[in-house]
Amino acid sequence: MIEVVGVNKHFGVAHVLKDINAKFSAGKVNLIIGASGSGKSVTAKCIVGLHEVDSGQILYDGRNFTEMDRNHRKEIRKEIGMLFQGSALFDSLTVEQNVMFPLSMFTEMSKDEMRERANFCLERVNLTNKNNLLPAECSGGMQKRIGIARAIAMNPKYLFCDEPNSGLDPKTAIVIDNLIKEITYEYQMTTIVITHDMNSVIEIGDHIIFIHKGQKWWEGTKEEILKTHNQEINDFVYASDFMKEIKGMLGKH
Amino acid sequence: MKVITNIGKYFIMLRYVFSRPERFKIYKNRVFNEIEIIGLSSIPLVALLSGFMGAVMTLQTAANMSSPLLPIETIGYITRQTTILEFSPTVISLILAGKIGSNIASEVGTMRVTEQIDALEIMGVNSLGYLVLPKILAGIVTFPFVIIISMATSLIGGLLAGVQSGLVTQEDYIKGLRYWFMPGDINYALIKAVVFAFLITSIASFYGYYTKGGALDVGKSSTQAVVFSSIAILVANFILTNLILL
Repeated sequence: MIEVVGVNKHFGVAHVLKDINAKFSAGKVNLIIGASGSGKSVTAKCIVGLHEVDSGQILYDGRNFTEMDRNHRKEIRKEIGMLFQGSALFDSLTVEQNVMFPLSMFTEMSKDEMRERANFCLERVNLTNKNNLLPAECSGGMQKRIGIARAIAMNPKYLFCDEPNSGLDPKTAIVIDNLIKEITYEYQMTTIVITHDMNSVIEIGDHIIFIHKGQKWWEGTKEEILKTHNQEINDFVYASDFMKEIKGMLGKH
Repeated sequence: MKVITNIGKYFIMLRYVFSRPERFKIYKNRVFNEIEIIGLSSIPLVALLSGFMGAVMTLQTAANMSSPLLPIETIGYITRQTTILEFSPTVISLILAGKIGSNIASEVGTMRVTEQIDALEIMGVNSLGYLVLPKILAGIVTFPFVIIISMATSLIGGLLAGVQSGLVTQEDYIKGLRYWFMPGDINYALIKAVVFAFLITSIASFYGYYTKGGALDVGKSSTQAVVFSSIAILVANFILTNLILL
């Protein structure tokens, strides 16, 4: 479980996160949603330590991440896997080398063992016989899957996904969403997905936090978000005509 | 004010760069890769530039020696001194600041804007140590060899140009090269090469690592890396000359 307790963050005079409190449970897909510029990515970056919080605490299974020094944080970071918006694969390494990278840095595995683990992870994301390709030779969807394979290579307890569907066609987006959900349930990870894609919300959102103007505005399940009367959430969820139609249908039932 | 802030940030960066590596074997492999990128790939350019510059230095010296009292060996002597003391260590380093500095800054800057550095950090890897230390070590190891190659090709270029133009004989040129030779000059040149290698690789890495924004900003970082590493070379050259030669 990851707990966020009273987190505040400023950039200069801008108060971008205002007293954020949240709990993200293990074995569930936790979503942080919100409009562009609402502070959801900053929240995630504070949780993983890419931004330092001004006040508040981040607890990883009770371990206070915010008070740890660089070396102690390193131990927790070995338990974190992250899928980046642009996949963030290392350009100069092949697909296999990308997945093997964290293993080569932090385990005592032999090269054969690392290769075996990399192949297992690549198979898990339905990528076979692509080991020797460079990231630039892979499609956007493939790059996301390689990113997931790299993220799960160290068997992490915590998985972060930053806009996993950005730049993907709807069909591939669903494949990636389902993959994240399956892996979360299978390995009982604490998964946090940052998204503004309503399809993802409906598809995989077990627990949803809505961030608005740097504040935690709402919290609930995917069923609850469709029925809430909160104006800001409705403006976000039912922004498209398609979703407005769904809202109409829900209203009739 | 920004310059002072950047100098402070630069020294803080160096502290992390030289902290203990996670896995020595991986760093060793990366150093060898960087030696190829920073050192070996620069040799053709350095040899070409040095050969022609040595040739021009010889011709210029010969053309400007109007006094019959000056012995003809002076041509070889002046070409040697100019090459060893300034041209090879300083001018070639300035040229390499452009080639290597922009390469490093754009590579590291692109890794920054495409979140590859964030990915390293989240994995628990010391990104500065992993990315920058191998570049600095590769630069320090290879630059002296590159500068020696530059010296050799410059002096050979001078010999060929002098002899081919008929301005100096091979014997007189070589006599001039040997005339009043002080091995300490080579040490001075190699010390400068090591210092300049450190400045180029570390300053270029600094501007790449702290890139913010997108592709346009990577270009800006690359330009800043070349400008500031060139300035640093000129300042260091002045200081080292005062310390070593005087």
